[in-house]
Amino acid sequence: MKKEFRVIADLLPKNIRVLDVGCGDGSLMSHLIKEKNIEVRGLEIIEENVKKCIYKGLSVIEGNAETELHQFPTKSFDFVILSQTLQAFYNPEKVLKDLLRIGKSVIISIPNFGYWKVRTSLLIFGKMPVTKTLPNSWYNTPNLHMCTIKDFFDFCIEKKININKVVGVNEESTSEITKSNLEIKNLFSKVGIFLLK
Amino acid sequence: MSEKIKKLNVSKPLLLDCKKTVKDFPLAYETYGNLNKDKDNAILVFHALTGDQFVSGTNPVTKKDGWWVTAVGPGKAIDTNKYFVICANVIGGCMGSWGPKEIDKKTNEPFGLNFPVITIKDMVKAQETLLDHLGVDKLLCAAGGSMGGMQLLQFCSTFPNRTFSAVPIACSTNHSAQNIALNELARQAIMSDPIWDNGKYLKKNIQPKNGLAVARMVGHISYLSKKGMQEKFGRKLQEKADYEFSFDADFQVESYLRHQGFAFVERFDANSILYITRAMDYFDLSKQFKGGLVEAFKNQKTKFLIISFSSDWLYTTKENKDTVIALNAAGADVSFAEIKTDKGHDSFLINETEFLKTLKGFIDSMHVKFKNEKNEKRIQSNS
Repeated sequence: MKKEFRVIADLLPKNIRVLDVGCGDGSLMSHLIKEKNIEVRGLEIIEENVKKCIYKGLSVIEGNAETELHQFPTKSFDFVILSQTLQAFYNPEKVLKDLLRIGKSVIISIPNFGYWKVRTSLLIFGKMPVTKTLPNSWYNTPNLHMCTIKDFFDFCIEKKININKVVGVNEESTSEITKSNLEIKNLFSKVGIFLLK
Repeated sequence: MSEKIKKLNVSKPLLLDCKKTVKDFPLAYETYGNLNKDKDNAILVFHALTGDQFVSGTNPVTKKDGWWVTAVGPGKAIDTNKYFVICANVIGGCMGSWGPKEIDKKTNEPFGLNFPVITIKDMVKAQETLLDHLGVDKLLCAAGGSMGGMQLLQFCSTFPNRTFSAVPIACSTNHSAQNIALNELARQAIMSDPIWDNGKYLKKNIQPKNGLAVARMVGHISYLSKKGMQEKFGRKLQEKADYEFSFDADFQVESYLRHQGFAFVERFDANSILYITRAMDYFDLSKQFKGGLVEAFKNQKTKFLIISFSSDWLYTTKENKDTVIALNAAGADVSFAEIKTDKGHDSFLINETEFLKTLKGFIDSMHVKFKNEKNEKRIQSNS
């Protein structure tokens, strides 16, 4: 399993209710059920992934998070998870608002556009970055609203969203991000994981 | 004919929605496969408007394939080598269950329009008695498409703990104005046939064939999508080189409808169509509960999988999703998948691979979970 998923799982208490938005083939959901006895539901847009979840006996709803989050009642889940998809929405601010409405807490991970390899690609080579975390070219990327860990940090402060914890992930290593080490972590983390309340 | 039909005499009094109470009425049913020792493999199937209890194999009365032979049978998505499949003919129907063509003991004549107007809830309550009779406390799964799906939603709401999982397919929690209108068209076709004679045709041992055939044609149009129909028939002519400048069936689509219509009258009772379509039109699950749909699905432990078909215009994806939303709002465990197909509402009855794979995947995974749950309960009660 991805390091990112392990970090997310570690942030979650046992025996709670979780909604995994953009749950993919359900690998995180399976892990949460097995390891933490978590009651987990998924929302997924890709038909093939939806079927994979169903075959595994996971509860999944085929649908688009951009337009269909309204179906989940307010505070109906302890945690809502959104893994590396916020940047692909037309209106990430609206989606985030909905996530914070549905969950008592929200975990969001973002691919960090401030990672040094991304920066050098643009600075040295003058080309849009293509990396492991950002594998698509400019013309076929689903990402519409790329941001850095610092951007998202500032965004939460501006919107008065309570940041509980931020974890930076670079391959196998993880580290906690605070205001004081933000500049350096923004340079060396591939993915940022935010726990919001 | 009657010896091929298994019947349960429902002796328990049943209070119908129309306030009449009935008892000692027949409920015709069929089963496939065997109930295992742990009783964890029973699946109840609810049939649609023109279906019956003969889900799989050959229907012994019509000699045609069972109506869901694509999904149910040995090695099929609902594998009868593994599962025990139960299906009953709805009350109001005409394959042996209590319906308008049965004999009214008071008059010694067929009920006709003296049969009470029944509802989806009445159908479901009658079928629950069958589970007791067969010794099934809790089903592994219940499934049904179209009116079968509506029965299933009613079943889960009325008997919240009777099935571990449920697959309502291409259905809704109430009938839309368009669906009521189409049913009214079918009923008017029957009632405007002079043979129908206020439902008394059975006394003369005849059927309002023309009216019933037109009613069936209306249905068939609504079961297909525009694209599916265009691909299947287009403007192709029926075994002729050019137009005949007459009102015979020049087009293949006309010929198809006429064939479907007149084949149907051989196996179905016109009054049954009136009663069953009425039951569908009256169906509105939210109306039965003060708190609406959320209340209807409150305290559900059943695991739902709702399936819709992208080209179904009779029970659209939107309507199916509304059921998902209601289940979510009630905190129920619900999955949803839309099958992308041009085959329209009828997709659940045909060999639609993606649909059948999804159905099988869900039921098989639910079987594992159901067995685990039963084991855990056993361990808990032993310790």
